[in-house]
Amino acid sequence: MRLATFKGGVHPPERKELSKDIPIQKAPLPEKVIVFMQQHAGAPAKPVVEVGQRVKTGQIIGEPGGFISAYVHSPVTGTVVEVKKISNVIFSAAVEAVTIQREGEDEWELLPHGDFEKFSNEELIENIKKAGIVGLGGAMFPTHVKLTPPKDKKIDTLIINGAECEPYLTIDHRMMLEKYEEILLGIKIVKKISGVKNVYIGIEENKKDAIDLLKEKWKGQVIVVPLKTKYPQGAEKQLIYAITRREVPRGGLPMDVGVVVQNVSTMFAIKEAIIDGKPLIERGLTVTGEAINKPGNWWVRIGTPISWIIDNLGQGFKDGIENVKVLMGGPMMGIPINKIDTPIVKGNNGITSLIPEEQKGTFCIRCSYCVNVCPMGLQPYLLDLLGKKKRYDEAAQIGLLDCIECGSCTYICPAKVEHVKTIKLAKKVYRALRGGRK
Amino acid sequence: MKLITGNAPHLRNNDTTAKVMIDVIIALIPALIGAWYFFGFYAFFLAILGAIFGELFELFIMKYLRKDKSFVPNGSAAVTGILLAMNVSPATPWWIMIIGLIFALGVAKHAFGGLGMNIFNPALAGRAFLLVSFPVTMTTWYRPALSFSKWIDVQTTATPLAILKEKGFSQIDVSYADLFFGNRAGSIGETSVLLLLIGFIYLVIRGRIKLMIPISYIGTVFLLSSIFYFINPERFGTPLFHILSGGLMLGALFMATDMVTSPMTPKGQAIFGIGAGIMTLLIRYFAGYPEGVSLSILLMNGFVPLIDRYTQPRIFGEVKS
Repeated sequence: MRLATFKGGVHPPERKELSKDIPIQKAPLPEKVIVFMQQHAGAPAKPVVEVGQRVKTGQIIGEPGGFISAYVHSPVTGTVVEVKKISNVIFSAAVEAVTIQREGEDEWELLPHGDFEKFSNEELIENIKKAGIVGLGGAMFPTHVKLTPPKDKKIDTLIINGAECEPYLTIDHRMMLEKYEEILLGIKIVKKISGVKNVYIGIEENKKDAIDLLKEKWKGQVIVVPLKTKYPQGAEKQLIYAITRREVPRGGLPMDVGVVVQNVSTMFAIKEAIIDGKPLIERGLTVTGEAINKPGNWWVRIGTPISWIIDNLGQGFKDGIENVKVLMGGPMMGIPINKIDTPIVKGNNGITSLIPEEQKGTFCIRCSYCVNVCPMGLQPYLLDLLGKKKRYDEAAQIGLLDCIECGSCTYICPAKVEHVKTIKLAKKVYRALRGGRK
Repeated sequence: MKLITGNAPHLRNNDTTAKVMIDVIIALIPALIGAWYFFGFYAFFLAILGAIFGELFELFIMKYLRKDKSFVPNGSAAVTGILLAMNVSPATPWWIMIIGLIFALGVAKHAFGGLGMNIFNPALAGRAFLLVSFPVTMTTWYRPALSFSKWIDVQTTATPLAILKEKGFSQIDVSYADLFFGNRAGSIGETSVLLLLIGFIYLVIRGRIKLMIPISYIGTVFLLSSIFYFINPERFGTPLFHILSGGLMLGALFMATDMVTSPMTPKGQAIFGIGAGIMTLLIRYFAGYPEGVSLSILLMNGFVPLIDRYTQPRIFGEVKS
């Protein structure tokens, strides 16, 4: 059978064997959490607690700062010890953060919950919003916004993203194997809200056990689509194309082709919020990489410092390692942290600790590998060249803003050109100069 | 312990520019051994000299003229040296080779900015420079000297393409098999189609070749020469003859496919190959030289920036207008 896929892409070493067979375990509660007020795309949330205030698990500590924004909740029961701006590597800006000292076990503050059939669509969306749910695949786009498309956009297809194409990460894989019942409930809730006819889940064929299991358990409810194992198969536009053959237009969104894409972990979070009343205060993530002693998949509270995760869950760094690169996310698109006590956020699907290696490059030798692998049909070598020469308008004409920053070009480059670095910077400067899209 | 940051992706493959160049050198080895067999050790020696002198000269340029202290040799100059040797007559004096290589690396490559910046294929530019500087040496050809110990005693002869031009197709004294296996007069590395193809297959397997170029180049030569064959077979020769003779295989498989000086998209590579194919035959049929492969490729090299500009790939999600 020919597997669904897209044009281009690369095959980096998967390294999923480090953690793919280790079941998700519940991590003990950390003594202290640091909760960013921005853990979502859009405007930062406004803190609504003060130093010295006692908070319960699930209590709102940040309210949305705009239409595209999200609620933030306390992940533990304890006392607020600090509210101040600290640097957030994900948004590369200083963001308000609330530090909470845990005191004892959880005392929950739950949302209204119960059988989802009893709620109206408006109530469901409101509860999803109140639960602070954002896209857990990494983009962290507020889910309630995604579920309320403008009236003129007809959505007929829901795609669940179980591709997990990022090397090393295995949390979505484990979620599908262990939490398929909960995920299916989440899907049913989203199906009710959006009124879609077709529901698909795309899974890379390297997760054969998950494909077989879901085909059996979700029979007649969700169409399981095995995908070719190729990076970036889980990128939204590439996933939509692989499954529906629809191309999201340049500068457009999935809803422009009648599709909404949701990550498996987001579906789980929706079920937790609607049926159990639990806001998004914890998530599953993969703790992995060659630099730590014990890779695994863990159920961790948002705001837990990465240093705590590595020491307590990953059993520390291996002996004799001088330099280490710790990434929020996987190796292809992950963000390296510069302070070891950086806390995890809602979108963290993994903490990958790598032993960095230096590679010396040359000038571009025009091998055209980057053009061949670019899943967006761009010319990364040229974007890099124009970006370095500060010719941003020309770069924009040939698709600067279409780049999804997947890193396939830089991965494959024999000359070790840093296309993605140049493109990210060029995008930033171009947006600042020209404002948004052309 | 130190936290290292850096830019995504944090995973890179272990391919390098040097590995690309080593693959090209490996692919040229069969043809070089063939050159030793057909023309004697000196022909092989010229290629080794080209590789070693090329690397040393580039090191000199980078360290002392361009003052790049961190330069690490990458093998690209060795490729240029070997390719230049493959493009000269088997009896070319070694010092002429050196002069050609100095021009190739000093002018055609580094005056344009070095690796990746040069517009023209350095080896072919070096050959063109030698052709105008030493026209007699560069156009004196020898019969394969299978049984001779010293190349100097070897009988000079005309290449099959020169015979076609001067006397006509019926006067050509070599068979298709000779052309295919390499038993004919010509440049050091161009004569054996078989050995060149073996190297080419290696490059295809290793993914080191812009495949559209040889396909369109050789295809164009075949189709166009078929048309001319029907017009006047005695004057223009057969299509098979045109594909097997001269420097077409060396040019189409190894010179036109030079990564730096060829287009970036398959569409552009097709235009490049078709252009080179047409030019090659026009020179062979109507110009002063019997062979036109290297000049055609050089000419098309000059069009690459223009070709790249007009053959940009379709961006994902671009609405067809």
